[in-house]
Amino acid sequence: MTQNSTLPVNNQAHTMSEKFFKSHFWHSFKIDIVAQLCFLVFIAYVFMALFAPAIAPFDPYDPASIDIMNSEIPPSWSEEGDESFWLGTDNQGRDLWSTILYGTRVSLLIGIGAVFLQAFLGICIGLVAGYIGGRLDSFLMRMADVQLSFSTLMVAIIFLAVFQASFGTELYQELAMFMLILVIGIAEWPQYARTVRASVLAEKEKEYVDAARVIGLSTPRIMFRHILPNTLSPILVISTVQVANAIIAEASLSFLGLGMPASEPSLGSLISSGFEYIFSGAWWITMIPGIVLVLLVLVMNLLGDWLRDVLNPKLYKG
Amino acid sequence: MALLQVNDLEVSFDMRSGSVKALQDINFSIERGDRVGIVGESGAGKSVLGFSILNLISRPGSITGGNVLFEDRDLANLSAKELRDIRGNRISMIFQDPMMTLNPVLTIGTQMIECLQAHRKINKNDAKKIAIQKLQQVYIPSPETRLDQYPHELSGGMRQRIVIAIGLLMDPEIIIADEPTTALDVTIQAEIMELILELCERNHVALIMITHDLGVISQVTNRLFVMYSGRIIEQGPTKEIINDAQHPYTQGLINALPQMTIRGERLQQIPGSMPSLNTRITGCVFHPRCEHAENTCTRTHPKYTTSGGCKVACHMVEKMKSQPLLSE
Repeated sequence: MTQNSTLPVNNQAHTMSEKFFKSHFWHSFKIDIVAQLCFLVFIAYVFMALFAPAIAPFDPYDPASIDIMNSEIPPSWSEEGDESFWLGTDNQGRDLWSTILYGTRVSLLIGIGAVFLQAFLGICIGLVAGYIGGRLDSFLMRMADVQLSFSTLMVAIIFLAVFQASFGTELYQELAMFMLILVIGIAEWPQYARTVRASVLAEKEKEYVDAARVIGLSTPRIMFRHILPNTLSPILVISTVQVANAIIAEASLSFLGLGMPASEPSLGSLISSGFEYIFSGAWWITMIPGIVLVLLVLVMNLLGDWLRDVLNPKLYKG
Repeated sequence: MALLQVNDLEVSFDMRSGSVKALQDINFSIERGDRVGIVGESGAGKSVLGFSILNLISRPGSITGGNVLFEDRDLANLSAKELRDIRGNRISMIFQDPMMTLNPVLTIGTQMIECLQAHRKINKNDAKKIAIQKLQQVYIPSPETRLDQYPHELSGGMRQRIVIAIGLLMDPEIIIADEPTTALDVTIQAEIMELILELCERNHVALIMITHDLGVISQVTNRLFVMYSGRIIEQGPTKEIINDAQHPYTQGLINALPQMTIRGERLQQIPGSMPSLNTRITGCVFHPRCEHAENTCTRTHPKYTTSGGCKVACHMVEKMKSQPLLSE
């Protein structure tokens, strides 16, 4: 019966990379052109965000480099364009390309930060609710229901508006990014909690959990080390979608004037700042950041879709 | 002092329709090095008994009467930490399906080292050495490589060996094996049984073997408990029971075994099926299916009568002896 000792003994680093390139994951990535494109675009975004200060020709955060006389210059390929401003300038005279680079950085940072917070809260609550069960479970899940019955935007608007009113706009502008992460993170934890709880309920009936209890492992250890890794694939899938959602939520809030201040614009506040000028012909201030935002969100959703298909063994096509 | 003593154990499950007794009147004791078999149909309460020894009955079940003493300590009175100290360390358990009992996302090594570190202050390298040593004990070839592998990379028999190795990690005094070979094919079954037997003998470990396979039981154990509907209805030395069963249920079980010497005959079976625990049966729990049942059987539950080395819960033992059954 033995799967005998003739198996090759590889060193570990070698097997790790070999395993990856032989995996179903890599295989399905290799044959899916949409996934490859999306991944490329996403990497480009991340690259843009990470190296914004190095790529951007101007520093949009530096008031000294901005000349109001340069405002509303159209992109360089149109007749009235200026060579030095590739995508034109916004209403304050900032180079739009640089501002978009910095804006992408802000948007991604808020999106990912908020998702980390959501995931942390949601995973802890979902694990506890699912594994311990009983009254605690009912209590936590009813709390999630209550939280879900308020829309994210509504919670955020109320919270941010109250904060702005009570602590003043200046303090708010300083803390804007932190506040947005906090609000979007807290408003959306039930998504994670529900998903995690559902998978925990399925996992905890499996024998390996009994086996872990029989071995004498402690409850937190069983929860975090044995059950959590088995629920990771749905968590991974909703994470991609949730980052996209968080970016959208941030953009909506910024558009409503409750997000990032105009001095440190995100993609959403850029779109909003250009909105007033769209009828006077300055379409690019809104359109170009808009396209950048839509593309980012689209790419993330497509990647999430692909990931869900790959990680779902029922859809495995061999 | 017995190593493990079970006194009047009663386990109930609170269902919507009321409380249901899954185990009652369970009494036995186990010494170091004993090898005990528990047989019975599905639903007789064998696995519940296994779990209640470790005090691991999950809701809605609970121990509602009697106690389980391990080295004279009542498991019900121990704190969660003291219990964890016994589980896996002093008493370990091997489950039915090796495909399911290993965590699919952790390597074999991680799972073994984790178990060691849960019970002893030990660093990773030492833990690894012990793990390798235990894997050698269960005859796993090239144990060093296995430690870095995931459960899905190994065959069923191999995995069950690993599960056994994990059970042996802490040199327990008692191993509870809950149908350890049902998920394996016959040749591997024999290998695994032999392995368990050898390990128990060598390390002087007490074995509680839960199964519905009388063949396996007769091979490995020296004492046998026959369970029916949450009760032990017959207990005694394995050989005596297999050769000369007293209780009509045990006789039925043995007669139902296919025998190669008789051709062209239908297998005998026990008519009916085990009653659901919801239905209350007065008198002997087996009487609705028993061909010897008389009036007394429907009224009172039989007490144990000693017959040879065995204890049997049946009213009709004496009578059956004086007039052997002429069913053919």
